[in-house]
Amino acid sequence: MSTLNAPSLVKRVQTHPLLWPVVTLVLILMVNASLNPGFWMLQWRDGHLYGSVIDILNRAAPLMLVSLGMTLVIATRGIDISVGATVAISAAVAALMVGGKLVITDGVAQHVSRFPMWLAIVCALLTALACGLWNGVLVAKIGLQPIIATLILMVAGRGVAQLLTDGQIVTVYYPPYFFIGSGYLWGLPFALFIAGFVYLLMHLAVTRTALGLFIQAIGINPAAARVAGVRERLISICVYAFCGLTAGIAGLIISSNVKSADGNNAGNLLELDAILAVTLGGTLLTGGRFSLAGSMIGALIIQTLTSTIYSIGVPPEINLVVKAAVVFVVMLMQSAEFRRAVRGWVVRPAAGSHA
Amino acid sequence: MKLQSKYIPLAATISLFAAMSVFGAVSYTGFLSPQVFLNLLIDNAFLVIVAVGMTFVILSGGIDLSVGSVVALSTIVLAKLVQHLHWDLMVAIPLVLCMGTLFGAFMGWLIQRFRLQPFIVTLAGMFLARGLCYLISIDSISITDEAYTVLAQTRLHLWSGGPMVSISAVLALVVLAVAVFVAHGTEFGRTVYAIGGSEHSSVLMGLPVARTNVLVYALSGFCAALGGVVFTFYMLSGYGLHAVGLELDAIAAVVIGGTLLSGGVGYMVGTLFGVLTLGVIQTLIMFDGSLSSWWTRIVIGALLFVFCVLQRVFEAGRKPGV
Repeated sequence: MSTLNAPSLVKRVQTHPLLWPVVTLVLILMVNASLNPGFWMLQWRDGHLYGSVIDILNRAAPLMLVSLGMTLVIATRGIDISVGATVAISAAVAALMVGGKLVITDGVAQHVSRFPMWLAIVCALLTALACGLWNGVLVAKIGLQPIIATLILMVAGRGVAQLLTDGQIVTVYYPPYFFIGSGYLWGLPFALFIAGFVYLLMHLAVTRTALGLFIQAIGINPAAARVAGVRERLISICVYAFCGLTAGIAGLIISSNVKSADGNNAGNLLELDAILAVTLGGTLLTGGRFSLAGSMIGALIIQTLTSTIYSIGVPPEINLVVKAAVVFVVMLMQSAEFRRAVRGWVVRPAAGSHA
Repeated sequence: MKLQSKYIPLAATISLFAAMSVFGAVSYTGFLSPQVFLNLLIDNAFLVIVAVGMTFVILSGGIDLSVGSVVALSTIVLAKLVQHLHWDLMVAIPLVLCMGTLFGAFMGWLIQRFRLQPFIVTLAGMFLARGLCYLISIDSISITDEAYTVLAQTRLHLWSGGPMVSISAVLALVVLAVAVFVAHGTEFGRTVYAIGGSEHSSVLMGLPVARTNVLVYALSGFCAALGGVVFTFYMLSGYGLHAVGLELDAIAAVVIGGTLLSGGVGYMVGTLFGVLTLGVIQTLIMFDGSLSSWWTRIVIGALLFVFCVLQRVFEAGRKPGV
């Protein structure tokens, strides 16, 4: 959308792909603010900000990361339903390697990690990367349908995570590790900086290089992209590997936040939330058109929705029904047939009132 | 005599099942008793029923992720009706079956009418059904109704004093038999195969594609609801957390049973053996005793991997010539 002809500002806003995600987010925020007068209140305490908004941002960070990785996968017409399992595996590896045992030196009780923390983090991320690579090879080299290729890891991955942790919840006792998920930098949650950094990196990669164009081309027509000289298979593999990596980072944040790794439940249903976030952000599930910023907003919408449901005292069980309703509405809006059908129903009465 | 190539995946599944059984018989004493094998059927009756519905969906080229939630919803609605509202079984069960069928039909209609992706629609259906469970009751409702417990605990002996089966196992076999007939002997079944082969060609051939697509999901919903009824027979309770991840087991069973995920190729009998293979893995791990239960997930994943790759090899082999 070049601004050379300088179309009117209104026109540009109306056609901007982020319009609907932003409107949805603002609406949910407004509902929140009206239900909870203290919603926008921020407090400066102990050198960092406190408040509902900060809380939502902090909790949304893992979902943001996973959604970012998922965006690229969906943009290439794929889907990755194994991210929840990857989160569980990466969390298990990190928690096992950091561990933490009580050592008393000079009469001071201190928790030390089993391996250096950086090594644990690197190993966890490499494991996650390997998970993504595995998916990518199955999809791009062997040619399995993405949903099935990633189904394999989704089924087996949780078993692997349980095997690693011996079916137990592994508790972490090493305070420096907690910084990742619950530390603060310049008054804001550190996890948010991680998500922001990854977003920035990806944004630069898809806008400053041809990568974004290649990914779009693969999503629109893989065969044509290959004929046109796009290294379709290599890019697909990289996209899945990257998605695994973002899931791995999310696993670190989640395990650090709850100070433990739970092979059974870590990242449970995260894949569904991530897919929902990506769709809400305006990325087409049929591939081709994608928006990284949209996915960030989508993740925020889901987290805000969840927080709203908790904070207004509605039983949290309704969460799922609300999410289902949102998915139904969003996918109907995305369907050309549906828009045509709606136009058929309303076109007569609306003709006069339309500005 | 040469095996026709279209039967190879089915033969592979049955051989795998046989090989695993032989391995079990050689390794563990007491494995090779008829009751061990009948227990496979008894313990997995609901999975057979759900997987049969899933097979129709996958044959038509779709997927249904909502079945696990529909099973849970059925158990909880049944439990609520029978236990709290004291409805008669003969009214409650048909009502639950209708509910599941309508739920499936609604998703099928959305998929067909608005050209939506089955994956997303049934995903939303999964959220919705699970959410509805919790709206009905957060806690588990145990069923103590007398007629119900009698029905659940009835065992039919194959011969007097011999091995026995439960009503749910018999029900599963009946469902399978009907499914085999519907898939291979009716116009509906042939249309499902045709749509899975190429939806576009089926439309051009004048087949009732729209109707069949909706019916396939309705059928899957019905099977899931029936699976839910059978599930209550041995849990004797309704709970929103029942059957979490069942859709994955069902898909795995269908795939291991030799049905192509791209649609159009596969057999109902394969699905039965897919379920039985999953059951044998569990039984083997149980008999071994030293392996932890999460090995089941890993072995199922590995099997899925092997079968998917084999499917690709077959597909690739079939393309040139033949």
